[in-house]
Amino acid sequence: MKVKRQSKDESQRFIPVIKQLGKSVREYKKPSFLAPAFVMLETIIECLIPWIMTLLLGVLEIASDKGTLNPDAFLVKLLHFLTGGAENPSYLLLILEFGAALMVLAMISLFCGIKAGKYTAIASSGFAKNLRKDIYYKIQDFSFSNIDKFSTSSLITRLTTDVTNVEMSYMMIIRTAIRAPFMIIFAMIMAFTINADMALIFLCIAPVLATGLILIMVKAIPFFNKIFKKYDALNESVEENVRGIRVVKSYVREDFEKQKFNKASNEVKQNFTKAEKLIALNTPLMNFCTYSGIILIFVIGSIMIISSENSLLQWTELQSFMTYSFQILMSLMMLSMIMVMIIISVASARRIAEVLNEQSSIVSPKDAVFDLENGDITFENVAFKYNKSADRFAVENISVEIKSGETVGIIGATGSGKTTMVSLIPRLYDVSGGRVTVSGRDVKDYDLETLRNSVAMVLQKNVLFSGTIKENLKWGNKDASDEEIFAAARLSQAHEFILARENGYDTMIEQGGTNVSGGQKQRICIARALLKKPKILILDDSTSAVDTHTDALIRQGLKKYIPETTKIIIAQRIASVQDADKIIIMENGTISAVGTHDELLAKNEIYQELYYSQNKMQSTKGGKE
Amino acid sequence: MPPRIQPPKSAKNGKGFNPQKAKKGTFKRLLNMLVSQNKKLLIIIVTCIVITAITGVASSFFLKNLLEVINRGLDYVNKGSTGNQALDKVLPSLITIFVVMGSVYLVNILCSFIYTRTGAVLTQRFLHQTRTAIFNKMQSLPISYFDSHKTGDIMSVYTNDTDALRQLVSQSIPQLLSASISLVTLLVLMFSYSIWLSAVMFLGIFVMFRVTKSVGGKSAKYFIKQQQALGREEGFIEEMMQGGKVIKVFCHEEESKKEFDKKNEELCEMATKAHTFANILMPIMGNIGNILYIFVAFVGGVLAALNVPNLSVNGLTYDTVSFIIVIMAFLPVSRQFTANVSQSSQQINSIVMGLAGASRIFDILDEKPETDDGYVTLVRCKIDENGNIEECEERTGHWAWKHPHKADGTITYTELKGDIQMFNVDFGYVPEKIVLHDVSLYAHPGQHLAFVGATGAGKTTITNLINRFYDIADGKIRYDGININKIKKADLRRSLGIVLQDTNLFTGTVMENIRYGRLNATDEECVAAARLAYADDFITRLPQGYNTMLKADGGNLSQGQRQLLSIARAAVKDAPVMILDEATSSIDTRTEALVQKGTDRLMDGRTVFVIAHRLSTVQNSDVIMVLEQGVIIERGSHNDLINEKGKYYQLYTGAFELE
Repeated sequence: MKVKRQSKDESQRFIPVIKQLGKSVREYKKPSFLAPAFVMLETIIECLIPWIMTLLLGVLEIASDKGTLNPDAFLVKLLHFLTGGAENPSYLLLILEFGAALMVLAMISLFCGIKAGKYTAIASSGFAKNLRKDIYYKIQDFSFSNIDKFSTSSLITRLTTDVTNVEMSYMMIIRTAIRAPFMIIFAMIMAFTINADMALIFLCIAPVLATGLILIMVKAIPFFNKIFKKYDALNESVEENVRGIRVVKSYVREDFEKQKFNKASNEVKQNFTKAEKLIALNTPLMNFCTYSGIILIFVIGSIMIISSENSLLQWTELQSFMTYSFQILMSLMMLSMIMVMIIISVASARRIAEVLNEQSSIVSPKDAVFDLENGDITFENVAFKYNKSADRFAVENISVEIKSGETVGIIGATGSGKTTMVSLIPRLYDVSGGRVTVSGRDVKDYDLETLRNSVAMVLQKNVLFSGTIKENLKWGNKDASDEEIFAAARLSQAHEFILARENGYDTMIEQGGTNVSGGQKQRICIARALLKKPKILILDDSTSAVDTHTDALIRQGLKKYIPETTKIIIAQRIASVQDADKIIIMENGTISAVGTHDELLAKNEIYQELYYSQNKMQSTKGGKE
Repeated sequence: MPPRIQPPKSAKNGKGFNPQKAKKGTFKRLLNMLVSQNKKLLIIIVTCIVITAITGVASSFFLKNLLEVINRGLDYVNKGSTGNQALDKVLPSLITIFVVMGSVYLVNILCSFIYTRTGAVLTQRFLHQTRTAIFNKMQSLPISYFDSHKTGDIMSVYTNDTDALRQLVSQSIPQLLSASISLVTLLVLMFSYSIWLSAVMFLGIFVMFRVTKSVGGKSAKYFIKQQQALGREEGFIEEMMQGGKVIKVFCHEEESKKEFDKKNEELCEMATKAHTFANILMPIMGNIGNILYIFVAFVGGVLAALNVPNLSVNGLTYDTVSFIIVIMAFLPVSRQFTANVSQSSQQINSIVMGLAGASRIFDILDEKPETDDGYVTLVRCKIDENGNIEECEERTGHWAWKHPHKADGTITYTELKGDIQMFNVDFGYVPEKIVLHDVSLYAHPGQHLAFVGATGAGKTTITNLINRFYDIADGKIRYDGININKIKKADLRRSLGIVLQDTNLFTGTVMENIRYGRLNATDEECVAAARLAYADDFITRLPQGYNTMLKADGGNLSQGQRQLLSIARAAVKDAPVMILDEATSSIDTRTEALVQKGTDRLMDGRTVFVIAHRLSTVQNSDVIMVLEQGVIIERGSHNDLINEKGKYYQLYTGAFELE
């Protein structure tokens, strides 16, 4: 727990998180830069259009003989330039020219908009892809203790929802977050170019809107953070409920659950309502600012036009001011929305960075050994705890020597440390104290892949993957020939039942291996491990669902066909270990006794108790084995 | 517009989100649902949206009036007045305009304040209603529903679909409503200005609709494809995360990366396409708007230059000056109009996704609930020396079935003893495939029955019929002589204490989890039950003992510990009939022996059904039934069956495999 909190604190800082995530942009840097570049161009043109529009209207006005134009006005000069100072220029032609110019601008703007949209999509989807890839690759490099630290479900959330949130933000940032400030700046510039006094109106209103929006955000964000937690809890409780529906129904707790859900849902509702009510203030605030702007433009504008006799401000310019005011205020509004989105996704970004920053605790050493000669194993005063801050060692004082080719049985109660102890051999975890050697060398000296390919472990909580039986078996050795596969399956007593299936080795295994029985699954898993041709084979309670007879056949086969391989068998059944060269009895994380079946039966109390409790059955067996 | 929030999804099973197109009539039904539950709020909101939309259009309307006044002012100037004199002359008209404008805007701001705030309340209320409706419905669904639906798929209704619905209700629908009101108002305004220019607009709008349909349609199509690709990738991720340790043991990291890359590329491709179409829609619409704007100005300009009289619904105007005013007033209107159309077009994805979500929600709401025609109820009772049963409120330790007879209106009471009999029962999870054939069994009060057989032989199925998780196809089940179909399901289940194969615990403390068995149990009773199940030992060693919080289905406990807790939970329930389905399968044999002592005490005097893999767990039962492919092939005590030298004997000696 403590370790987890610490690492969270480290990644709390915002900048490192951004830097970490930024590394995943890679080949999408180009679209990531092109997108805002095109957005910028588009924005500039969008600001130019209303201005040229004003010019066009000015031409219309002149054409209608309305203008008492100031000879210094830009338009007059421009017209003079365009017509070469002709006394009576063709206004229709001018209108056509301006119209054409505007059309061209609109086309360029359209082109830029489409390009920007496309590059944005490429950049954000690509970034998300790289992010998912980086997280996934990172997780693949995790050690067991890294995996233990993050729960499976939280890793899945990080790979899915969190990445989607960041993707959305990224898209907003390279598109809208660039667009809005530019829009504000350019619209401001244009407004000032047309009439500086009028443009001051924007300078008055924009801060009001900005302050209002920021206030709303600041107030709303804590609510959103709260909502996330509540929402998460709500969903978790639903999931729990769906999984446990049989329990709910058995105990007639439907109403109880409904009440519980109603309460939780109501809490989400209340918090969400509060947050959304605050956010809802955006619209009236926005409207207030826009309309104040319009009224001010109208009041000041109309007074200015009439009193200056249409010289300080052209009445045709009035509508372009309205356009700019819309553009500026809209952009502010957009900015505030993006802020919320970004702030929301910061939590997601942090969670992702947490995974990316995680250092795999077990890696191959620099000058790794790639040769592993035999299956000798020694434990030298080994101690191990899963968590550095844990008070108790999971196993300690473990010293034992196992010779290559030996069969070793390990027996003991749940939680006595059997699995923990054997996990140290293929370096699934690193010892906290002491030393584990394989073939005379510390396991830490070996290349990880070499070590793990030589030490095949059949896990207690085993998993088959969706795909055919053959594909699953090939996990052990992807180049295995059919003969090798059959041989391994025969050894694990799986060959027959596989052949009995309609599609034999091509039978599809469903996700989680639900379409084979527990015992069949275990035997496939053993065959999969055998295909590695390991020097050391560890069976962690791997035949618990296999009947005693088949269990015995598997053990006989192992002894006969892979005599050089060291075999470590963890079991509940005495029968599974009693032929072993050595039986280790574990109790509370230590080895309480080591010996052969006969030795232990003679003097070890735990073993005797186990033997007799299970032997009640065996005595009636009639000597069958 | 509130920001889009994607609720964090917790771990999902299966494919997760499985997008499909919405069924016909979904939108109508959604509206009905929305209306029927929230009439008052809706009236307020719709009224305010309408007012806001109409008053929002007003600025364009005022511009024309204002320009006319300014024009009048400039006329005075042309006729020789100074600017200030002209201003004085038109000032009253200007003030009138500003006052009217100010008040209209005030109304607009007020209405937008009301509808957005009320809208937030309505949206959340509606979502709460929908969530609870789904959840309540879910609680009433039969177990078979959960057999045929993946947890992940059900979860995605609560997460993805409800979120899509939120988008639809809080944004798309109000946006569409507001836009259509604005559009109508603007249309009226445009026609009142100029029919020529309106005609130009119509041409443009036609183009806009076509574009929305084709680009927006493509975007929606790829969004659905993206969701499917995402679903596939999530499924893969989930499988790989769950098998994470196996991957490590087999050094299979590179292969799993390769496979992931393939799925990831596919997702990226779909996402790029979906987002490209969504992203370009806005600039396309915006620039069509721009082009239209230019076109209107241009056409207007040409018309004015050619001195073509303006035609509006008000009649013909020959005055070119006022035509220019019309053009200038028309331009913002056209801009507003196209802005409304293009903003509405942005909603197309939300609408497609929202309706698909609503459609899935309705699918759940339309599921047929578990039927319960039972009328026999379970009541506490007192029994006197003569065996007369009298109903009472207080706890007596006695229960009786209260059986009202419709024919004559009398009520009879039958003592709850735990006598369960099955006669010639046939059953299949699907009608075409019968899994239990002609099963008959007699469990007398206090007897212990055990079921032995391979996986899929029908052991769990039989117990699932007793508590009516499923209904039998043929035959009869009697409980204390009463046909169980006549017993109310809740009361039937209340009389059965069940420890299931899968131990499901709930978020909460250890104590709360034990108390789940009987909500009014005292702490002492819960601790006593834990002792009975031999769970007290490990619970007291937990960091906070009985107050330790269990999270994510008791993930911090071992499978064995969870089984002990679920036994304790059943013990607290103190039901006269117990069903133990592989209750001790994950507990090591030594601990099991200790638990057995506790459960023996628990089972004493009760009718018990035991299902176990280990023969040692069942061999003390009064009757052991061996099941094979849904048929009871042997029955008798342990010794009987051993002497019989049949299947049980073979299983026992290990000649056959139990799976």
